[in-house]
Amino acid sequence: MSLKKVSKNQPDNFEFDSKNLKEAEKIITNYPKGKQKSAVMALLYIAQKQNNNWIPLSAMKYIAKMLDMPYIKVYEVATFYSMYNLTPVGDYFFQVCTTTPCMIRGAYKLVDVCKKKISENESEISKNGKSSWMEVECLGACVNSPMVQINDDYFEDLDEEKFTKIIDQIDKNQRPKPGSYRGRLSSEPENIRKTLLSNKHA
Amino acid sequence: MLKDEDRIFQNLYNDYGAELDSAKKRGDWLETIEIFNKGRNWIIEEIKTSQLRGRGGAGFPTGLKWSFAPKEVGLKPHYLVINADESEPGTCKDRDILRFEPHKLIEGCLIASYAVNAHTCYIYIRGEYFKEGQKLQKAIDEAYSNGLIGKNASSTGWDFDIFIHYGAGAYICGEETALLESLEGNKGQPRLKPPFPALIGLYGCPTIINNVETIAVVPTILRRGGKWFSSLGREKNTGTKIFCISGNVNNPCNVEEEMGVPLKDLIEKHAGGVVGGWDNLKAVIPGGSSMPLLPKDVCDTIKMDFDACVENKTGLGTAGIVVINKDQDIIKCMARIARFYKHESCGQCTPCREGSGWMWRMLERMAKGEATRDEVDMLMDVTKQIEGHTICAFGEGSSWPVQGLIRNFKDEILERNKYDPLIQRKKEVPYLVDQHILEKENA
Repeated sequence: MSLKKVSKNQPDNFEFDSKNLKEAEKIITNYPKGKQKSAVMALLYIAQKQNNNWIPLSAMKYIAKMLDMPYIKVYEVATFYSMYNLTPVGDYFFQVCTTTPCMIRGAYKLVDVCKKKISENESEISKNGKSSWMEVECLGACVNSPMVQINDDYFEDLDEEKFTKIIDQIDKNQRPKPGSYRGRLSSEPENIRKTLLSNKHA
Repeated sequence: MLKDEDRIFQNLYNDYGAELDSAKKRGDWLETIEIFNKGRNWIIEEIKTSQLRGRGGAGFPTGLKWSFAPKEVGLKPHYLVINADESEPGTCKDRDILRFEPHKLIEGCLIASYAVNAHTCYIYIRGEYFKEGQKLQKAIDEAYSNGLIGKNASSTGWDFDIFIHYGAGAYICGEETALLESLEGNKGQPRLKPPFPALIGLYGCPTIINNVETIAVVPTILRRGGKWFSSLGREKNTGTKIFCISGNVNNPCNVEEEMGVPLKDLIEKHAGGVVGGWDNLKAVIPGGSSMPLLPKDVCDTIKMDFDACVENKTGLGTAGIVVINKDQDIIKCMARIARFYKHESCGQCTPCREGSGWMWRMLERMAKGEATRDEVDMLMDVTKQIEGHTICAFGEGSSWPVQGLIRNFKDEILERNKYDPLIQRKKEVPYLVDQHILEKENA
């Protein structure tokens, strides 16, 4: 159960734009009739995407109305799950995994880089207004640790130097390439691969 | 070492690409209708013969689970739900299946749904795997447009739909009933069992929930025969398994190996050995963070399968192997795991909600050497108060790693924490002393 802070500055109104409305309506049809409530998580994602990566209270009210469910139930869902941001975050939202498998490969060095290059504290928007960072729990790429998620992309096999370069690139409005930063294709062992050798890249 | 042709996930390292064409070349979707023609009972019996056990952590026999679904569809439809909420620290096997072998999963879903009489399947993917989910969605779209799923799927006469549902960063949603709650649009807090989901699950309908890897191996088992699968490994611990080896090894990797492969082989042969040599090994977490760690002397000999792990007071879990060498502070590593559980407790049961925080704070102090000697036993007591007193298995998951630490490294904790109890050392601090004693002394 993570601690959630709801932003003090809330917009008065929220509505899906026409493209998102269509998408939302399509998602609702994924679930049986009368069970439209199931779509609440997906709709919250859409709202988050539309509203600069955070969900205002008015969006929760809007979704509640759309799905014909009590507002408090939407609020409950939005505050329970850690991926819904209830306060504004940077355009580039860095999530540094620091759970044990990443920790023992030096994830806290990446946290130090964040502190130096982005902002002193977690969930604080950087001086150039572009980024913010957060420590998160296991992101499920332990074999490619340490790693950072920036918005939807995974940046794997990092170290301080490579991570600093990524942040610099973002500050210069370039798009760093997601994936492994040690030249791995996926989760194969580097150089010493002993399995599936008849396959192409081996 | 397992022969290459016996490996089920030929594209584990994405040598071929995940598209339908290349998947078909690897044997996916090959005459799926023949499997259907042999009938529902044959499928379930074949899976029972293969002795396939669930790959999500608990290791429940899959064939048995499928046979729990009602034989005839009553008033309520049946559902198949795939658990792709892979959040156990140390585990990243499902990610590679979703990215590189989506068609094995989709075909498995189709066959499993037929076996349990379900026409609809939901795949619950953790929200962080957004890109992987998109790749799976692409594969699903491919399958729809080629008539492999949808109405009259693969010309079998069976109608079948797959939908992806994204989670949003809650570890507890990997627990099957919490997953159902989340799928229904609630916060993910586990339900009491019984009733089991096989009878009353999603929307109150019979629901079978399986892990990604379990379902993805099903088509291969049915094609090559349950006997083939059960010839690998040993009795009740059969087949192949993807092991994720992370932590202080030279070449962390995912690798598919036979059940019962020695842990030392996995680390030395596939992962390039422990950083600093085998003698630099401190401990290994064998099955994702919830399983108790193993000290080095056990690691020398242990074979990685369900029963061998249980004999050594741990569990195979998800087979996420985290190697910790002597350069690391083992107490700190476990304190970080305790923090993970404190963060992820859903807050429904008091022993878990409060206890996970206690364990974390005590371990943090122990890592710094600020705890008293008595507190080690007290911590053990706390773990026993949590274990078995919660609705779901999260209580066990959070207390077992701490128990494993105390069982194997108690001396190290005691060596670092030499304080006498505070109350004896600082008698003048009034709030630390029982007020009755103070009053007596003053009287």
